[in-house]
Amino acid sequence: MRIVVAMKQVPDTTDVRIDEERGTLVREGVPAIMNPFDAYALEEGLRWRDALGWPVIALTMGPPQAMEMLREAVSIGADEALLLSDRAFAGADTWATAHTIASAVEKLGDVAMVLTGKQAIDGDTAQTGPGIAAALDWPQLTFVGRVSEVAGDHVTVERYVEGGCEVLRCPLPALLTILKDANVPRMPSIRGKMKARKMEIPVWGLEELGLEEGEVGLEGSPTRVVRIRTPEMRGGGEIHEGEPEELARLLADRLLGEREPS
Amino acid sequence: MARIEIREETCTGCGACVPACPFGAISVSSSSGLAIIDPDRCNLCGACEESCPFEAIIIRKGSGQGTPDSGSYRGILVVGEQREGVVDHSTLELLGAARRLSEADGSVVSVLLMTAQPGEWPSRLIAGGADVVLLAEHPCFSHYLTEPCARLLEKVILTTKPAVVLAAATTTGRDLMPRVAARIDTGLTADCTALEIDGESGLLLQTRPAFGGNIMATILCERTRPQMATVRPRVMKALEPEPGREGRVEKLELEPGDPVSRVELLDFTPLEEGAIDITESETIVSGGRGMKSPESFPMLQELADLLDGSVGASRAAVDAGWVPYPHQVGQTGKTVQPRTYVACGISGAVQHLVGMQSSDRIYAINRDPRAPIFQVCTEGFVGDLFEILPALARELRRRRGEAGS
Repeated sequence: MRIVVAMKQVPDTTDVRIDEERGTLVREGVPAIMNPFDAYALEEGLRWRDALGWPVIALTMGPPQAMEMLREAVSIGADEALLLSDRAFAGADTWATAHTIASAVEKLGDVAMVLTGKQAIDGDTAQTGPGIAAALDWPQLTFVGRVSEVAGDHVTVERYVEGGCEVLRCPLPALLTILKDANVPRMPSIRGKMKARKMEIPVWGLEELGLEEGEVGLEGSPTRVVRIRTPEMRGGGEIHEGEPEELARLLADRLLGEREPS
Repeated sequence: MARIEIREETCTGCGACVPACPFGAISVSSSSGLAIIDPDRCNLCGACEESCPFEAIIIRKGSGQGTPDSGSYRGILVVGEQREGVVDHSTLELLGAARRLSEADGSVVSVLLMTAQPGEWPSRLIAGGADVVLLAEHPCFSHYLTEPCARLLEKVILTTKPAVVLAAATTTGRDLMPRVAARIDTGLTADCTALEIDGESGLLLQTRPAFGGNIMATILCERTRPQMATVRPRVMKALEPEPGREGRVEKLELEPGDPVSRVELLDFTPLEEGAIDITESETIVSGGRGMKSPESFPMLQELADLLDGSVGASRAAVDAGWVPYPHQVGQTGKTVQPRTYVACGISGAVQHLVGMQSSDRIYAINRDPRAPIFQVCTEGFVGDLFEILPALARELRRRRGEAGS
């Protein structure tokens, strides 16, 4: 049995700024990073690898430079890595991405769990994980805040939802999407970095996965982005400066003035 | 295969597309003087297509497969959400949104209610804007589990053929919808904040924030049906209930295989009593990086108590470990729409603004007069919050005391 961690390399959106004059994204100097949520999925995989001995495969679909992120995953502790890369994969929406990754999981075989982060910070969709589960016809456990048990044939988790916390048990194989609450990711080790540098990471494309162009990438994607714009902001109001006491009185007027008379 | 092209005859090499590319895939060639695209970096996202003043960038999409009888899909289906028999407010918001969309072509608005105890809800959903309530009553729906709901929703979609399916972007909607969309091979747009029918094509224009709220992307699902979207709670407005509204209830029969779930619910712990869902508050007092330490948050709690509100936080404050995640407001936290939002020491990063800018009134306290928060607030107060907030608490206590005596 083995564990696949499906990851994504993303632009660091906290660094993304808008060029006020042109209304476009300023991407100069924005680094490509491992999706922060995926670091928790990787750590969860490594925790259970350490407990059960199931090797962890870090997997991503992306352009050739996504290899860098896979090397980082290996330096943190992944046993193997696999890059799904082909020009035909470009422009994939969540349907096409899930379809492609599910094909790779099927081809790998002998996979007990696929772990992903809750969502990727560039798209924030949280759709690819459930999409992979659906394509594989596996059960899914999303928004997992704690994995409490992985036994030979089942997994028990805590799932955090709006109204509280569910405890769920599910047979393996299964797909889990992991929240930040689940663990504290470990740092890369020197040994891991050396291993990552030397590792030959396989690349699978359309041919290796036995897929057609019409079911991957932009062509295989049911959705298409037709417009991108800067969010509209409401206009700013009056700005007050002055003594703290005076500002506090003014603010209290506003805050109490709005309350329904009791 | 889909591909991107630069039309050499119209490209002027102006470079407007270069900063528009989120992936750094475009440069202006020093030899030809025209834009060139690095295919290994290009993600075919289309950001450049829009940025080009000369329409010199073209993305050609391949043939692809569409839903064969897409023309026969009509109407709007809202996926209802309930907890212990109580329908979530988001369902009423979706009915409001669906009604407004249906004005374009008179679409029928249906709502699927999967519940163990329907009570008065079917008629309340009709009063809230539904023409048809598809009622699936079964003990397996007493608590949400993915598979029974996914199986039923899939069946309802394939038999009733709606053109549009909407669900709330809650943990339930975001678990259920991607599974069903993948099963029936159609497109799904996550966490939309605006929906509109395109007058020309009749397609659903689905707008959502991406890149941490730094951009708004409008997405179409052209070839496959239905067009599915999850919608951010508290963005759409519910309608005023119209008690005598006409509508009908259709009971759905479940087949033996429908309720089966491989996932088993062992236990459910509701949120602790007293734990506040900030999205329910009429007043939110929020703190950010400017609060400097976890020790200053009780000061916000005191203010929130004085105003019968609750405490929110920016991602910076949550990431620093000062405040637990359920209090986070913003793109990766909660979207709130209170009557009053007080932002204390929050600079106003886009990712925060998208979560609170539809509040009725926003008051901001910040030391930096150039902080972006001042560009969205109703009124701004420039100064040291460690002086203003204690003075504000004294003032509120004094006035409350006067009012009470």
